[in-house]
Amino acid sequence: MEATGLGAPKPRRSAGHRLADLFHGRPRLQAGTLLAGPVGWLVIGYLGSLAILLIASFWSLGELSGEVERSFTLDNFKTIVEDSVYRTVTLRTVGIAAAVTVTDALLALPLAFYMAKVARPSRQSLLVVAVLVPLWSSYLVKAFAWRTILSEEGILNWALDPLGLSGPGYGTLAVWLVMSYIWLPYMIIPIYAGFDRIPDSVLSASDDLGAKAWMTFRRVIWPLVFPAIVAGSIFTFSLTLGDFIAPTLVSSTQFIGTVVKSTITTNLPLAAAYSVVPILIMIIYLLIARRLGAFEHV
Amino acid sequence: MSSDARSARWAWLAVAGLSVFIAAFAIGCGGSDSSDSTSGGGEMLSEVGEGEGQLNLICWPSYCENGSTDPDVDWISDFEKQTGCEVNVKIGNTSDEMVQLMRTGQYDGVSASGDATLRLIDGGDVAPVNTDLVSNYADIFPGLKDQPFNSVDGQMYGIPHGRGANLLMWNTDQVKPAPNSWGAVFDPNEAAKQKGHVTAYDSPIYIADAALYLMATQPDLGITNPYELDEDQFNAAIDLLKQQREFIGEYWSDYAKQIQSFANGDTTVGTTWPYQYLALQAEGDPVASTVPEEGSTGWSDTWMISSEAKHPNCMYMWMDHITEPQVQADVAEWFGEAPANSKACEPQYLKKGPFPDVKHCEKYDASGEKYLDDLYYWTTPVSDCGDDRGDVCKTYDDWVQGWTEVKG
Repeated sequence: MEATGLGAPKPRRSAGHRLADLFHGRPRLQAGTLLAGPVGWLVIGYLGSLAILLIASFWSLGELSGEVERSFTLDNFKTIVEDSVYRTVTLRTVGIAAAVTVTDALLALPLAFYMAKVARPSRQSLLVVAVLVPLWSSYLVKAFAWRTILSEEGILNWALDPLGLSGPGYGTLAVWLVMSYIWLPYMIIPIYAGFDRIPDSVLSASDDLGAKAWMTFRRVIWPLVFPAIVAGSIFTFSLTLGDFIAPTLVSSTQFIGTVVKSTITTNLPLAAAYSVVPILIMIIYLLIARRLGAFEHV
Repeated sequence: MSSDARSARWAWLAVAGLSVFIAAFAIGCGGSDSSDSTSGGGEMLSEVGEGEGQLNLICWPSYCENGSTDPDVDWISDFEKQTGCEVNVKIGNTSDEMVQLMRTGQYDGVSASGDATLRLIDGGDVAPVNTDLVSNYADIFPGLKDQPFNSVDGQMYGIPHGRGANLLMWNTDQVKPAPNSWGAVFDPNEAAKQKGHVTAYDSPIYIADAALYLMATQPDLGITNPYELDEDQFNAAIDLLKQQREFIGEYWSDYAKQIQSFANGDTTVGTTWPYQYLALQAEGDPVASTVPEEGSTGWSDTWMISSEAKHPNCMYMWMDHITEPQVQADVAEWFGEAPANSKACEPQYLKKGPFPDVKHCEKYDASGEKYLDDLYYWTTPVSDCGDDRGDVCKTYDDWVQGWTEVKG
C-alpha cells in the first residue's frame, strides 16, 4: 500500500482535492472565484439599479394616465437645467451639506484630539463607545426626537423661555442642526483614527525643536490629520446631500432628497433625472477628495 | 503607475458589464410593453368564486380599520372571519402615492379619489367592475353612480365609498374671531397673523384650493372650475400659493403629523380632513372647523379593483363588505364623511357607529342637497378645458411642476 512503485496506478483523488489542484498556482482564478459573488452583487444590484435609474431619466409621462412612456427624450434634463427652482434647490442642498460638514469638522476636531491624545486609555475606549452609541438607535427615532425638541411647545423653547429667547422652530436652521447631530459620529471616528496614527514622538519632537502649540498644530498635526477630515467629510457631505427624512420632519424646505421623494410618485422620469445631480456632485467631490489624499489611509 | 493601470482596466470592465446589463434591461422592457397597452385593461369578473385567502389593499387613512387604532373600531376582523381573506393594508397619504403603488401590480384594490381614478383607468391599472356582483350597490346614492370620475361610457370602474369636504380647521385659542373664509390662509393680512403656523396640503392638487379662493375673490380671472385652469388662471393660483409660502409653518401630507402639529401648537390654521379634526376634538384639543363661505374642494372615493388583481374574489367580497350599511355608517362616522350607501343613514346603523350620531347624514349632507353637490371634487387636470377655450388648460404634469416651484 505504502510503497508506490513506478508501475502502480495513481490513487484516485477526492473531488475536493481535484478542485484544490485546479486552483493551485492560479492566483487569478483564486481571486476571481473569491470575488465573483460580491462583485456580481455590486454590478447587478448596485450598478444595475443605478443603470435603471439612468435609463428611466430619459423616459416621459403620458398626459392623463401619468404612466411612464418608454421613449427617449431629454426633456427631463432640460427641465432641471432650465427651471430655476431646481437650481435653487440644488444650491440649497449643497449649501446645507457643506454647512453640516464644516460644523461637524469643527466639533469633531477637538473631541477626537482629546480622545486620541489626551484621555487615559480606559477613558479613551469609553469615549469611543459614547460616540458610537447614538448609531445604535434608529435614525428615525433620532429625527423624531428632534421634531419634538424643536416643536413650539418642545423642550428647547421651554428651556429658552426664561431667558426670553425661543428656538429656531422648524425650517432650514432646524435641518442644519439635526443633520449636524445625526452625522457627527461619522466625522469623529475617521478623525480620531487620524489622530491615533500620529505617533506621540512626532509631537514631542516638534516641542523639542521649539515649536509652540499653534505651530505644532499648523505644521505637524494639521497636514497629518487633514486627509482624515476629508475622509470624514465624504460621509457627512454625501449623507446630508441625499437625506429626505429628517428634512421633511423638521422643515417644509425643499432639498434634493425631498424633491426626488415627492416627484417620484408624480413624475418618475423627472425624479430619476434629478437624482443624477447628487451623483454627479459626489463624483466631483470624491475626485477632489482623492486629490487631497483622503483614500490613502482609509 | 501600474496600480493605476490596473484600476483603469477594472473600471473599463465595470463599464462594459454595465452596458451589457443596460442592453439586457432595455430588451426586457421592449418585451413587456405589449402587455400593458390595453387601456382600461383587465377582465370583468362574471361571478364571485371562493376567496383566495389574501387581500392586499391600498387605503386612505382610517378607511381600513382592524382594531389596532381603537379596539372598538374594526370592520376588517369580521370580514376576515367570514370570508377567510386575510387583509393586508397599505396606507396611502396622497393620490399620487396611491397611483404609484397600484402600478406595482402588487395590490388587489384601492380606495381611489377622483384625481386618481381617471389616471388609473386611463393607465389600464384597474378593471371594470361588475356591479351585479356587489349586492349593496343598489342602495348607493344615485348621485354617485355613473359619474365621470368612476365610469367610462356607462361602465362602472368601481364602487362608490363616500365623500366629503376639505375643511378649514383652526386653533380656537390662537385664531380669533372664528374664520369663515379661506382668506384665513390665503389673504396676506389674515395669514400674517398666524405667520409660521399656517399649514397646507402637500400635494399638487392643493393648487385647486388656491384657484377656488381666486374664483371668489378675483372674478376677473374667469375661473369656472378650479381644476380647469388656463395659463393666466394657473399662474395667478401659483402666485397666490407662493405668497402663502411665507406664512406656512409646515405643509402636511401625513395626517398623523398634522394631528401632532395642531396638538403641539406648531400649526394653528389650515386645510384638513374631517378625520384629523375629529381625532383632535376627541383628545380635547381646542380646535374648530368649517366649510368656508367660498365652498371647498372635496373628495369622492371609489373602491377599484386592480387589472392584475391576484385575489379578485376577495376584492369583490371586500367591495360588498365595505358598502354594507353598518360598515358604511362606521367608516363615515370614524372618518367624518358622507356615506355612499343611503341605508347607512338609517338611525339603527348610525346609533351603533364609533361616534353615534343619528344626525350624521344630515350634518355631512349625505344626500348632497345642501352643499355636497356643489363641492369641487378632486379630479385630474387635463389639457381639455371642457369648454370653448379648447385644449389650453394646464395638465397635471404642469401642476406637479408648479407645486415644486411653490415650495421653492
